[in-house]
Amino acid sequence: MNIHEYQAKQLLKQYGVAVPDGDVCKTPEEAKAAAEKLVAAGHKMLVVKSQIHAGGRGKGTFKSGFKGGVKLCKTAAEAHDLAKAMLGNVLVTKQTGPDGRLVSTLLVAGAPNIKKELYLAVLLDRATSRPLVMASTEGGVDIEEVAEKSPEKIVKEQIDPALGFQPWQGRKIAAALGLKGDLAGQCAKLLAGVYKTWWEADASMVEINPLCIIEGTDGKDQLVAVDAKIGLDDNALYRHKDIQAMRDLAEESPLEIEASKFNLNYIKLDGSIACLVNGAGLAMATMDIIQHYGASPANFLDVGGGASKDQVTAAFKIILSDPAVKAIFVNIFGGIMDCNVIATGIVAAVKETGLTLPLVVRLEGNNVAAGKKTLAESGLTLITGDSMADAAQKVVATVAK
Amino acid sequence: MAILVTPQTKLLVQGITGEFGARHARLSLDYGTQLVAGVTPGKGGQFFEHGGHKVPIFDTVADAVKQTGATASAVFVPPPFAADAILEGVDAGLDLVVAITEGIPVRDMVKAKQAMAGSKTRLIGPNCPGVVTPGTGKDSHGGCRIGIAPGYIHKQGNIGVVSRSGTLTYEAVWQLTSRGVGQSTCVGIGGDPVNGTSHLDVIQLFMADPETKGIIMIGEIGGSAEEEAAEWIAKHGTKPVAGFIAGATAPPGRRMGHAGAIVSGGKGTAEAKISAFKAAGIGVAATPSDMADTLLKMM
Repeated sequence: MNIHEYQAKQLLKQYGVAVPDGDVCKTPEEAKAAAEKLVAAGHKMLVVKSQIHAGGRGKGTFKSGFKGGVKLCKTAAEAHDLAKAMLGNVLVTKQTGPDGRLVSTLLVAGAPNIKKELYLAVLLDRATSRPLVMASTEGGVDIEEVAEKSPEKIVKEQIDPALGFQPWQGRKIAAALGLKGDLAGQCAKLLAGVYKTWWEADASMVEINPLCIIEGTDGKDQLVAVDAKIGLDDNALYRHKDIQAMRDLAEESPLEIEASKFNLNYIKLDGSIACLVNGAGLAMATMDIIQHYGASPANFLDVGGGASKDQVTAAFKIILSDPAVKAIFVNIFGGIMDCNVIATGIVAAVKETGLTLPLVVRLEGNNVAAGKKTLAESGLTLITGDSMADAAQKVVATVAK
Repeated sequence: MAILVTPQTKLLVQGITGEFGARHARLSLDYGTQLVAGVTPGKGGQFFEHGGHKVPIFDTVADAVKQTGATASAVFVPPPFAADAILEGVDAGLDLVVAITEGIPVRDMVKAKQAMAGSKTRLIGPNCPGVVTPGTGKDSHGGCRIGIAPGYIHKQGNIGVVSRSGTLTYEAVWQLTSRGVGQSTCVGIGGDPVNGTSHLDVIQLFMADPETKGIIMIGEIGGSAEEEAAEWIAKHGTKPVAGFIAGATAPPGRRMGHAGAIVSGGKGTAEAKISAFKAAGIGVAATPSDMADTLLKMM
């Protein structure tokens, strides 16, 4: 699960990480009030930030024509007007796709005078199964580009999960980032807080880009997390009621939300052949084989190991609500589950949904003969395939016509 | 010989009285697997009965091992308690713990993997279909089935199969069996980002096993375990290996069902894995329908 920037900053703040002063706003009036508070606290420059899960907000454009999902201003009146231009409008960035995302929440924060931008992240190192802290002097830019062009500018520190983040590791990274004196101490403390956020919140990733050296309102240099992104381990959400409450359904595809209600794993794609498959690996492989034979999959859909009739019916309804779908490919390897149960489910689902699109079914496994008989005697006009390749070619042929 | 387990391996099931664990315990008994004990805290002293078998249930893994001599375990414990169950198996000195449970928090597995480092126990999974060493009876009856794979699709023979995915493993196994080609052992290592045994670990075991003459290695997007295995095969491989990588059409940044199947930051792409396979002389199946044929052509 992903959360908004303002929510990520709330979590980081809980673990002692410094973030710029600011408030969450849902209306222009709230934005004005938040800005007045910041100005009164001595902030000379403010920033109004659209809260959507996609990146590239600053360079994005609203469908209204207004440019920039992140804007600087100086007064409460300006903040009010910016909020009015952003709230209730759809922001399109390079990560949102052409549909964009509706902006319904803003973060109005102090925009400190930034002296230097750094990069910091904590993630899982899959090769060692250990947490990894990554930091770089190249902040505020795409870290993947830095990794490609100048990998020597990224420092990596593995954390022993039994010990946790150690003070010496904080000093080591601070030194590698060229921080001295009071800033080095601040950095070590901040790193410990960011690691703790990753660990305690069961995050999959915490990324602070940029982490900034700023001139504080007292004139002294400070290290603050100017932007923050947190991804969470879905498997661990059950033990974080507070984080569950941060889920924003408006950021998720309605079809994917509907699928999750039936324990179906559905991801919408751009093609025209819908797939209904049991098992994640086979579901991916089914998408691949469709492409191999010259068409494109409309979705990833894993109905799981024990698909019931209700699940199969729900799955059909979901894939059929995608208007781009021109044909359906059901690929089931029923190892333990009875193929006849699945066949019965397919027949019921087709009848219930009044399916008119071409349907290609490949069934294999337990009690497959009875399953094929059920399909053959159903009176439905469906095409059967003997192998995955045979069925894939047949379904691709139906859309090529 | 097969790898990891033989038809003689004595198995216990942790979580044998849960619906999922019980169902697959029955299927393992039907397959002829030496299922000698069950563990469910609080139900010690009871029995798990099925088809004339009477399997004793113990409160702890240590007790079950002491009383029955079990050396391997299948973990069917729910996600919040699964990592703890794995470590209990490690403490009891099991040779093999196979964690079937899907949905274990990553942090729990990071801790468990750290805690079991240096122990004699090998962990397979979690979030995996398990391990099957087929038997010589009808429909491979009499083999060792640990986990949730359908036993009857197997056939005793000389091909090793290793994969992260369940149904894709069954697909490969079925392709082999329906061509009359049997398997030494089939291992599902699981779809999570932190797992006990990697592709490379299993490949090394297959290369060292005299009974295994060829290997099918199935990978998917995410991480770099397939590349590491390919690199080792290029240097030390002595047997033909064919493979398939699932997820070439998966959009970046999205988890494709398995928690570990994600392309992030341009890393873990199918393209990179396929080229690593090719560079290592691994036969790459053009489609998942060609996994068995690709290997058989190399042999």
